[in-house]
Amino acid sequence: MSIDMAQFHQVFFEESFEGLDIMESGLLNLSPGEPDSEAINSIFRAAHSIKGGSGTFGFTEISDFTHVMETLMDEMRDGRRQITQTAVNLLLGSVDCLREMLFAVKEGKAIDAERVAEHKHALDLEQKNSGSSLQDESLPAHELLSGPAHQSASKVIGWHIAFSPHADLLKTGNDPVRMFRELSVLGELEVTADFRGVPDFYQIDPEECHLSWNLILKGDIGRGPIDEAFAWVEDDCDLAIQPLYQAEDLSLSASANRQQQPATESIVQAVISKPVDSSTAVIKEKAPGDEAKNKGSTSIRVDTSKIDTLINMVGELVITQSMLSLIGEHFDMSKQDQLKNGLAQLERHTRELQESVMNIRMMPINSVFSRFSRLVHDLSNKLGKKIDLKLIGEHTEVDKTVVELISDPLVHLVRNSLDHGIEMPDERIAVGKPETGTVSLEAYHRGGNIVIEVSDDGKGLDKDKLRAKAIEKGLLEEDAILTDKQTFELIFMPGFSTAEQLTDISGRGVGMDVVRRNIQALGGNIEIISELGKGSTISIHLPLTLAILDGQSIAVGDETYIVPLGSIIESLHIKEERINRVADKGETFLLRSEYLPIIRMHEIFKVPNVKTTKLSEGLLVVVEGQGVRCGLFVDDLLGQQQVVIKSLEANYRRIEGVSGATILGDGSVALILDIPGLVRLANQ
Amino acid sequence: MSQAAENNEIERAEKKRLATSAQFLSFTLGNEEYGVDILSVQEIRSWEPVSRIPNVPSYEKGVVNLRGAIVPIIDLRERFHLGHGQYSALTVVMVLQALIGDKTRVMGVVVDAVSNVIDVDKKSVQSAPNFGSKVSTEYINGLITVNGRMVMLLDVNKLLKLDGVDDVED
Repeated sequence: MSIDMAQFHQVFFEESFEGLDIMESGLLNLSPGEPDSEAINSIFRAAHSIKGGSGTFGFTEISDFTHVMETLMDEMRDGRRQITQTAVNLLLGSVDCLREMLFAVKEGKAIDAERVAEHKHALDLEQKNSGSSLQDESLPAHELLSGPAHQSASKVIGWHIAFSPHADLLKTGNDPVRMFRELSVLGELEVTADFRGVPDFYQIDPEECHLSWNLILKGDIGRGPIDEAFAWVEDDCDLAIQPLYQAEDLSLSASANRQQQPATESIVQAVISKPVDSSTAVIKEKAPGDEAKNKGSTSIRVDTSKIDTLINMVGELVITQSMLSLIGEHFDMSKQDQLKNGLAQLERHTRELQESVMNIRMMPINSVFSRFSRLVHDLSNKLGKKIDLKLIGEHTEVDKTVVELISDPLVHLVRNSLDHGIEMPDERIAVGKPETGTVSLEAYHRGGNIVIEVSDDGKGLDKDKLRAKAIEKGLLEEDAILTDKQTFELIFMPGFSTAEQLTDISGRGVGMDVVRRNIQALGGNIEIISELGKGSTISIHLPLTLAILDGQSIAVGDETYIVPLGSIIESLHIKEERINRVADKGETFLLRSEYLPIIRMHEIFKVPNVKTTKLSEGLLVVVEGQGVRCGLFVDDLLGQQQVVIKSLEANYRRIEGVSGATILGDGSVALILDIPGLVRLANQ
Repeated sequence: MSQAAENNEIERAEKKRLATSAQFLSFTLGNEEYGVDILSVQEIRSWEPVSRIPNVPSYEKGVVNLRGAIVPIIDLRERFHLGHGQYSALTVVMVLQALIGDKTRVMGVVVDAVSNVIDVDKKSVQSAPNFGSKVSTEYINGLITVNGRMVMLLDVNKLLKLDGVDDVED
């Protein structure tokens, strides 16, 4: 019977990427010289399951590569190896490499064999080089430079394997004979069974394994294949694998080893510097795998408790439904009250159900935040700055789509903070700040929004410089009067960059405007507060979900439109005398000593059959979008409701002033207004 | 056994027919007769009121709710400058679908009446004559003669594309 393994690939990849994230964050928290066995264990476990999975699915390159990493970490775990910064960086680089390999396999592309071999080589070197100084398992030194292909030395003439399975090995479906057969393919195998553990005949349990074996495997064999043969039983047996040497070679190899040390060190260094470069390149340009990443994963992991709540609600819904159908069967007017109650219950349950279904789409923003430790780690090394990253509120839950789309803009903002915000250590000391700068990422809920803040305690924005720059670039009139807020907003203008020197990390003049556009596309907005010398805070406000919106229906003529409730400030009747005209065209009205422009809905949307064109007879809905306030002139307000947002673009196209559509209770379609777009439309 | 052989025979004939011919759904606009590939017709509905979309050409009548999807409705008569028709309950909306890029797009087109399913031998399709700038033939795939009348075969992909995909980018 053959099982189509491809159906499990998706799960494997997801788990592997998760594993990689665990490894990465674990490695970043690993401080040199202080072995934290729990941390190493979790890294090791992640690597091990990637290895196991990839082996199962036949991705041998991945399992081989992971195996080398695993061996290194195994030694760290056992305390046989010091944890050095070099080793940690090397492992981080390997995690990157492994991620690329997984992406390549996932996309069905070829693995970059050269890069893999390079990393593998470096790992091998690292393993032999400091490992050998701690233990006598050293391999002959002249092998070190001949590359990974010949990693097992010709001087190793074979292996001695002591294999004593635990009693329940057979119950797990493993068969020693099969493993021996596998080994015998590798070379000449001598097997000696040890019967000492076998109990009396009367006490014997035929399902238990009481034997142990001594195996001698002769030939030019690497340790890898042997480990692989035992990979599935590692936890169910006591296993000791020792290499057999030809006696005369030992002394020679030990002395040669010492000489080679510096050379290997430099190769290891060379490879380490590479992944760092490439990781910034990833940030800068997008890694090959990023396209796939941006499409977002199509499956989602959900807390079982959320599903349980959902099932409860469906249960209640079914009960309400049966109650209602009972009422309906023999209905007379006396049951009207029951019917009303039933319907009210139905409404409540439907709403609850809707909420909890939406809740399923929510995931902690942690998945975005966590990748920043790596970014900060790499960039601060590269920039020579000392930077602490603080994550606050990383368990705040956000819609899955938002999580996926917010990542790129955030990367940009954090990079800006690191590059332009935080000063060099000596500058910081000079102005009396702590040497180590702090960048913090904070997420929290406020009203129906989620707020994400990126703040730093760096040098802040210089208002005068911003202004001068804007004038120089022709983005601003020389005599323009700007509020502080407006000045800071200059950085969101296209083609604006204040960094005196463009670095490859940030400051290419495209960026902040793109960030703002992306955020606006998500229905959010972005604000910046800054104080010269103290630092800056950029806050992003995003709707909690992109699928449902609290809306206010308004009537214009025979048509119904939805205004997002969040953008409505108030609605009012207006008296003729409070209306002022500018050049007889532009109408404004005075609201609490602020002149607001009036947008007549029926004019900009060319609605026929309006009830009235006299401002005093309709209603003004005061709305705010992107910091601009205005009054929308409409016929009437209809009611508030939650609406499901449907895309107009799926079958049609973008319409200026409209952010989407929804289906009303009567089955007809109503357009959802996009306030900033309306303002733009009115200004044309 | 003879039954099986017969079935095979029919299948083979069918395959042969598919390779050389295609089926088109013909419909009328005023006095003119048009045809679209029947495989692109998803369903035929009667006219129902639409929700108007502001600031678009008048032939884009608006959008309707088609089982939860928002689908635009285009008046082909107005699109082809054939004057304005009166809508009644008998007015027909053909819901067409086309694969544009990697997405399926659905759109309703208002036509006067749907007339027939016609079998077209691919060899008998003539290319549309060039009228220069006087008449745009860009949506016409070819012309055929059915019962002495000329039927213009429309390219659904182009027809659906014209309503926006290109504009969406900017």
